[in-house]
Amino acid sequence: MSTASLTAFLKRDRRHAERPAWMERPSITAQGLKFLVIVGMIVAVGYPFLLCLGTSLATKEELAANGGYVLFPSNPTFESYNVVLSGGVVTRAAMVSIGITLIGTALSLLCTVALAYGLSRPGTVAGKPLLMLVLGTFLFTPGIIPNYLVIQELGMIDTYGALIAPIMLNAFNIVVVRAFFQGIPDELHEAARLDGAGDVRILLRIVLPLSKAVIAVVGMFYAVSYWNNFFNGMLYINDGAKMPLQLVLRSYVLQGDTFNAKALGVATLPSSTSMSMAVLILAVIPIVAVYPFLQKYFVKGVLTGAIKA
Amino acid sequence: MSAAASASPSSVVPHPAPPEDDDQGPAAKPKRRAGRKAARRPLKERLRRDKMLLFLCIPGVLYFAVFFYLPLAGNVIAFQDYQPYLGFKNSPMVGWANFQALVQEPEFWTAVWNTIEISAVQLMLYFPAPIALALFLNSLISTKTRRLMQTIVYLPHFLSWVVVVGMFQQVLGGAGTVTSFLNDHGVGVGNVMNNPDTFFLLITSQAIWKDAGWGAIIFLAAMANIDNSLYESAAMDGANWWRRIWHITLPGIRPVIIMLLILRLGDILTVGFEQILLQRDNVGQEASEVLDTYVYFHGVVDGDWGMSTAAGLMKGVIGFVLIYLANKVAHRLGEQGVYR
Repeated sequence: MSTASLTAFLKRDRRHAERPAWMERPSITAQGLKFLVIVGMIVAVGYPFLLCLGTSLATKEELAANGGYVLFPSNPTFESYNVVLSGGVVTRAAMVSIGITLIGTALSLLCTVALAYGLSRPGTVAGKPLLMLVLGTFLFTPGIIPNYLVIQELGMIDTYGALIAPIMLNAFNIVVVRAFFQGIPDELHEAARLDGAGDVRILLRIVLPLSKAVIAVVGMFYAVSYWNNFFNGMLYINDGAKMPLQLVLRSYVLQGDTFNAKALGVATLPSSTSMSMAVLILAVIPIVAVYPFLQKYFVKGVLTGAIKA
Repeated sequence: MSAAASASPSSVVPHPAPPEDDDQGPAAKPKRRAGRKAARRPLKERLRRDKMLLFLCIPGVLYFAVFFYLPLAGNVIAFQDYQPYLGFKNSPMVGWANFQALVQEPEFWTAVWNTIEISAVQLMLYFPAPIALALFLNSLISTKTRRLMQTIVYLPHFLSWVVVVGMFQQVLGGAGTVTSFLNDHGVGVGNVMNNPDTFFLLITSQAIWKDAGWGAIIFLAAMANIDNSLYESAAMDGANWWRRIWHITLPGIRPVIIMLLILRLGDILTVGFEQILLQRDNVGQEASEVLDTYVYFHGVVDGDWGMSTAAGLMKGVIGFVLIYLANKVAHRLGEQGVYR
């Protein structure tokens, strides 16, 4: 890049944010170091992603020629994905995880919004003790064994409910939603009340339409926690047909389980690394897909929660 | 946090102030008001007024009762000789016997020691990482670059531990790309994923990779609240960037640092359970057994319910006491702390 175009680039960039007059320009060394740190961070996060993606898309021959891993496959193929998803364990587990995530998130949001709204109006009967009940969950943890025994006594071992119930409500998320509801001007409530609207109607007609952003963020937090949870599956699910994707991913990527050509109905399998990377990418895709849309909101969500809690 | 300061001593979260206006509408419904006036209304009337709000609370409250407070009460089996077929109610009480047996188990002490060791390392390396990252992000003048970097460093937080450990395996494992590269260039590092001696460093670096970006959010917000004129006058007085960080930025975010430090102290006996469970087979039990995995393997796997619950309860109580004490100390030092 020529000096002229570099200056032009820097000038263009500076339109977005001015360096304050009092701030000195960093020395060339400092600028160089900053640039290195930026590149270092991009590589540290991006490289493992690209490596797994590239390997999942590479052909068996190319992988063999490159010591097992390929960053940028020369002729990408979806063979690994096709084989992995052609039936059997991974397909089943992906369906389980998708179902749990959708149903779980819906239940979580329903209860979170209801509880947060119920606790958000000033002076409600028993409002304070109920709020304490929710906040008390920050202070203690019941522990693994009592949790397990309760799920067992309720007969929920080996049911999909055991994948939802232990993480269905989270006090942090309730506090975030409640704080948002409380930020809605009181005048809106008063006006609606004058028009004869009851609490539920106000929630549905006025509060919810104003709260789309916070609900999207909290919904994402819940969805991610269902999708990513592996311990509840390990603890409560023994039946292979009910295993969530993370558990299956673990068996292939970390425990070295191998794919079975016969069970998958193919004559020859692609490279096993490539196939386990395909499973890994499948577990990452939904998250990477929704992340950009919600990113601008979640910072706000985290901060409200952290400050209120 | 300033809002919390105005709350009554017993409450952690602020209760909203009562509305000031007094225009009683023509609607027949009683107006909702906070504080004493509301308390003077007869309970029956208030119940009728709030019945829908209370109805909305039912599912959530029931949930916490069954899946949080019931198991919390279930910790009573730490004092029982728990028999699955007898249940919570009928198992014989044994007093402190489980705890006495527990402290005589060498494996328990290995778990305690490993937990404290890993926690100490994480306190030194993992705790400052988000602060350093926030300082760096804050120093980026270009909004565009800063946004891009934020997008990149927040992302790993949303990946599962299985994925994170899987990715580390591909890069740093025995056949991993970086390991192979180093081996080919004469720097034999072996398989760091399987090395029990450096296990604590491995899991700390994984934790930093995954969550340092996410942890930086709260520090960045605190930095954004610092008055810019402070920097300006400091610069006028000849303070260079380092002195501005040391004398303005860091003191400016001190309450947040202290708050998170207190919370971290309360969690000192909690170290990455899923993360460690996933890698236990790689490095062996000796290096990786922490309190949570001890509880899991001795309770759920081996069926030693009473003793493992005792270990879990002990951990919970110590964590609670530590938070309480740290908060007290912070108050003595004139800091805001976590609550009150």
